[in-house]
Parts: sequence; structure tokens; C-alpha cells
Amino acid sequence: MKVFRYDRSFEGLLTALFDVYVRRTFPEALIGEGEPVPMFATEVFEVYTDSGKAARVWTGLQKRVSREVCNMLMYVWFSEEKGSDLLLMRYLRKVFDSKDGVVSDFTDGDMLQARQIARRVAKERERLLQFVRFQKAADGTFYAPVSPACNALPLAIGHFRDRFADQKWLIYDLKRRYGYYYDLETVTEVSLTDVDTLPGIRLDDRLMAGDEKLFQRLWKGYFDAMTIRERVNPRLQRQMMPKRYWRFLTEKQ
Amino acid sequence: MSDKIVYFSGMKEGVFEKLKILAESAKYDVSCASSGTTRRNRPGTLGNTAGWGICHSFTEDGRCVSLLKIMLTNYCIYDCAYCINRRSNDIRRATFSVSELVELTIEFYRRNYIEGLFLSSGVVRNPDYTMERMVRVARDLRTVHRFGGYIHLKSIPGASRELVDEAGRYADRLSVNVEIPTERNLKLLAPEKDHQSVFRPMLFIQQGVSASAEERRKFRHAPRFAPAGQSTQMIVGATDETDRQILTLSSDLYTRPSMKRVYYSGFIPVNSYDSRLPSVGQVPLVREHRLYQADWLMRFYGFRVDEIVDDAAPQLDLEIDPKLAWALRHPELFPVDVNRADYGMILRVPGIGVKSAALIVSSRRHSRVTATALKKMGVVMKKAQYFITCGELSVAGVQDVKPEYVRRVLTARKPERRLPDENQLSLLFPEQS
Ligand code: SF4
Repeated sequence: MKVFRYDRSFEGLLTALFDVYVRRTFPEALIGEGEPVPMFATEVFEVYTDSGKAARVWTGLQKRVSREVCNMLMYVWFSEEKGSDLLLMRYLRKVFDSKDGVVSDFTDGDMLQARQIARRVAKERERLLQFVRFQKAADGTFYAPVSPACNALPLAIGHFRDRFADQKWLIYDLKRRYGYYYDLETVTEVSLTDVDTLPGIRLDDRLMAGDEKLFQRLWKGYFDAMTIRERVNPRLQRQMMPKRYWRFLTEKQ
Repeated sequence: MSDKIVYFSGMKEGVFEKLKILAESAKYDVSCASSGTTRRNRPGTLGNTAGWGICHSFTEDGRCVSLLKIMLTNYCIYDCAYCINRRSNDIRRATFSVSELVELTIEFYRRNYIEGLFLSSGVVRNPDYTMERMVRVARDLRTVHRFGGYIHLKSIPGASRELVDEAGRYADRLSVNVEIPTERNLKLLAPEKDHQSVFRPMLFIQQGVSASAEERRKFRHAPRFAPAGQSTQMIVGATDETDRQILTLSSDLYTRPSMKRVYYSGFIPVNSYDSRLPSVGQVPLVREHRLYQADWLMRFYGFRVDEIVDDAAPQLDLEIDPKLAWALRHPELFPVDVNRADYGMILRVPGIGVKSAALIVSSRRHSRVTATALKKMGVVMKKAQYFITCGELSVAGVQDVKPEYVRRVLTARKPERRLPDENQLSLLFPEQS
């Protein structure tokens, strides 16, 4: 079994595909740096990430498929699902080796699977748009902790930048320990290394803006009043709004 | 910067109570979708609209909370029998000031609780007096606060053209509720209203929308008028209209260019003492659900209303969905060959939805679509198998085994599945296959 070892970056993956054509061999497994080699590995090829090669692959791809397909592949990449990197490599090879239109053939397992994974990621991105809850801090910054099932935050940032352009905000992925901060001008990726300074799920009372408690209370009161008692259906509620989000939801505290 | 944000004088105590009272009063109105517009934000301001509408929360009954759905006041001079806010009801009443509502909307929006505002109101003094205050809320949000989120105003029946015109300049969507499908029944339950008070403002909106579209063809920056069009709502089960009457009215409404959605609201007996109302013990949820499915068939599946309900069958079948019901009435049109039939016909196969139909048509240009592929594409084979061929199925088609048999098999209830819940599950997103 042939194995490629790469640095688990997207550029690394594109470089690996470049190497496929240079070495005329296709891996049966991908591993990251420092990860154990699978038992049945016969050969391990090292992939040295090269942004030039990666760019060539990406440009070639853009020539062959639509922008939607390129976006979809980014979604697959952010899925963090096991084996999705190898799936991407198989997908790309098919795009480069077959004639036009292979991406719309959903009788091909890889094409269909990529689409399905991308849809799961899109769903998680959508949930960020739905369930992010900002708390206003005393300095006027709006803070929202998140913990999405896959790495969907980068895909959602554009939406927040467009929508909340006149307030400072910080959206922080507690699970992956990084986030994005908007200072009214630009969005920067931030990673708070000092764990002590990182606020948890709720802002501390001392850090909260004066009217924050009031609006949280108003929102919760509104939310409770909206339930139609004749139709209570907790199963439906959980299906539409998975329980794992509840700890972040102001109205569910 | 922050002093721009903390612009408000601060909420007075009492707003909490008002909010609860006026939310209670508004919650039975179902048309809360915030879809229909995509508007990018102007640089440096607050708010955009996202086109498909985002649900920010779900209440315990599983309904989507997208907009701050609220009434300006629940005082009302009218006495509509189906309404909790009718003047003869002894309930707690409250009225928001314009600035209170504006502040609530902005502050909720900033915290990503909502997509925007859906404002309705009881009628105080007269329709125009009420409408004027509602318009003022929208105007303040847009002009003073440069708010770019979604605004839906429920126009007051009988409001003047001038106010409807002004409302359309600030709102994304306007609505006027039909409530009761026939005028005779409307007058019975709401003696102060008639169909003209509903259909006239609808016409004003329609004219405003087309006039603005015309202008914008000439000048790209001409102001938009209710860019998400209009919607309306009918109460189902409070009066004796058949599904055929209801759906025929919907179908007529959809022929009007600006009409985007008709909502169906299963009657909730809020005033059980009123003898003009039927004494229903339970909300007609299944019927409401079937109406949404039928509506869906008209809007996305190319069905005409008379294919769904007709003189012979004026009521929808509660046991099976309207598409399956149609297919069982027309066994002669099946089986459909998924590798050959046109898109429109594939869409009519029970068990195949819009998404899987598109996948089938896209894939068959490359390879033969097999039963396994169909299943992976999301086709509900349990249903579809009786209505398709793909060159390899062994199951006998609807023509061979007879519609009655297919019906029996597909409605056989597994004991562990509870039907009412299932019907509620897809209640909000009545996408069907
Ligand atoms: S006019 Fe509207 S608020 Fe007033 S009673 Fe009739 S339905 Fe209710």
C-alpha cells in the first residue's frame, strides 16, 4: 500500500496531487506529519508543500470546473471528516483525467459523496448564522463563543462582516481555539494563547455592558412568550435546533 | 464609536411586561418567513438580508423564530371572532411607543437574535391612524438608524393608498391577511371587515411593486418598493370552506405578480365561547400540513389547482400526501422511465423531490441511473418503486398491482411510529417528495 505523508494543509494536499502526476502513482492512504504509518504500507512518499505547485493545481482546477464546484471542494476540506482529504484527491484526479462534465455525474460515488459532505458542512455554516449569540462587553465589543461540529467558522465570517459592519465583534471557536475579531475596519484571525484571558461561554458580570443583562432578559421573555402551548413538540424543537447548541443560546439559559 | 451604539436613553421598566403581552398577542400569526430579499449591507452600517431567511431559534412547539414578531398594540376597536385581541375579550392590553420598538429591534439584531422586525397591530381609532404609527417605526429604523435588516409590515385592512405607498418604501415585505376565504364567512365572523378592505390594499402593493420595477429598469438607483413582495394568510378550519375553495383562491392569488406566499393557519380556538365558531377540540394540523403540500405542488412542481382538488374530490386526502393521491388517481401515466422522461414528469413521481429530480437529469447524461444510484440521491424508493422503471426493478408497478394496493401498503402504520408527531415534523418546511 502506497502512502503519502503531508503537512495536513490545503496547499499540502494540492501539492500532493501535483506529485501524483510527477511520480505517476496514486496513494491509498494519506497521513499527517508525526502520525503512525499504517501497518500494510509498502512505500511512504514525503510531500513537501510548495505553494507554486499548489497554485498551479488550483488554477488548473478553476479552468475546468465552475466556481460553485471550487467552493464545494473548500467545504469538503473544512469538513474535518475522516478520509475527506483522500476523497478530494480522487475527485481532483477524476476532474483532470476525464472529459468535461464528470462533476455532474452523481452515479459516481466520489462525486456524490463530496457533494453530500459539502452539504453537511454548509448546514453547519448555516447553523452558525442561526445560532451565534453575541453578548455585549463593557468596552462595546460583541462577543460570541462557538463550537461547531466541523471547522465552519471561516466559511461564515463573510456573512458576519457584511451584517455587523458598525460594531466591533469577536467570534471565537472554543473547540479549535481560534477566532475572528472585527475592529470596524478589518477582520483578523486571532488565537488567544493565554487561556486565562479567554472568556468562557458567558461573559463575566464585570466584563458585561451595563444594559446587556436587560436585553438578555427581554429576549428570553420574548422567546418564552412565543410558544404556542397547544402545539408543544420538543422533538421537533430538538430536531431543528440540536441540543449541542443550547448552552450558547441566551434564550435557553 | 461606542457612544453611537449606546445612543438610546435606556429602557424603562415596564417594557418587559409590554413585550410579553404583545408577543403573546402576535404569536398566532404564522407568516414569519424572512425570505425573499438579498440586500448587501452599505459599508459601515448595520444589517443586511440573506435571501432565504435565517431561523435564529425554535420555540418549544418547534416553530422558527426569525423576526421579532410583535404587535404595536393589542388594543382593538374591532371584534373579529377568531382573534384573541378582539375588543370584547378581557385580556391584558399594552402599547409600545415607536422608540421602544425601534430600540428593541436594533438591540436584538445586534446580538444576532433576529433577522429583523415583523410588525402588526390592533386597530386603534381608525385604520390610517394605526398604519401611520407602524410606518413611523419602519421609517425611523431605516432613516434614523440606517437599519438594513428585514422589515415586514402587516398592513391594516382599510388603510389608505398614501400610507401603503409609504410603507412599501421602507418595508421588505407587506402583507394583508385574507383570514377567511369567502366573503360571506368573513362577514359572519368579522362584521366590520369585507373582502374589499383586504383586496384593495393588496392591489396598492402590487401596483407599487410594478411601478418601482418599471422605474428601476430606467434608473438603476430608483427606490425599491417592498422588494420581497407581499404575502397573505388564511385561517383553516374556523369556517366551512372546502380545500378546493381555499386552494383555488391561493392559485388566483399566485397569478398576481407580487404575491409570494400564502400561509395557512390551522384554527386555534382562542375564543371557545363564541358560538359562531366550530367547537374543534384539536387544531387541524394534518389538514394544514396537506394544504402546505398542495401549495408547494402548485409553486414548485407545476401542478394546476384542478389537478389537486376538483368537484369529485373537493377535500385533500388526509391519509396520503396530495402528490401520491394524484398519482394513484392516474395510474395510466406510470411507470415513468427515469432515464428518459422529461424533468417535469420525473418531478411528478411520488418519492422524488426537486433536488433528486435535478440530480437524476444531470447524471443520466453520463451514465445510466440505477436503483442504487436513485437511493443514494435521496429518492424515497419505498414510494417511488411503484411508479418508475430504470431497467432493472423487479417490483410490480402501480398498473399491475392496482392503486388501492399501493395505498394500503404505503399507509400501513408501523406500531412504533406516532403519526401526529410525524405530521408536525415537516409542518414548517413542507418540502415533500
Ligand atoms: S382587527 Fe385584527 S387585531 Fe382587531 S380583532 Fe380583528 S383580527 Fe384582531
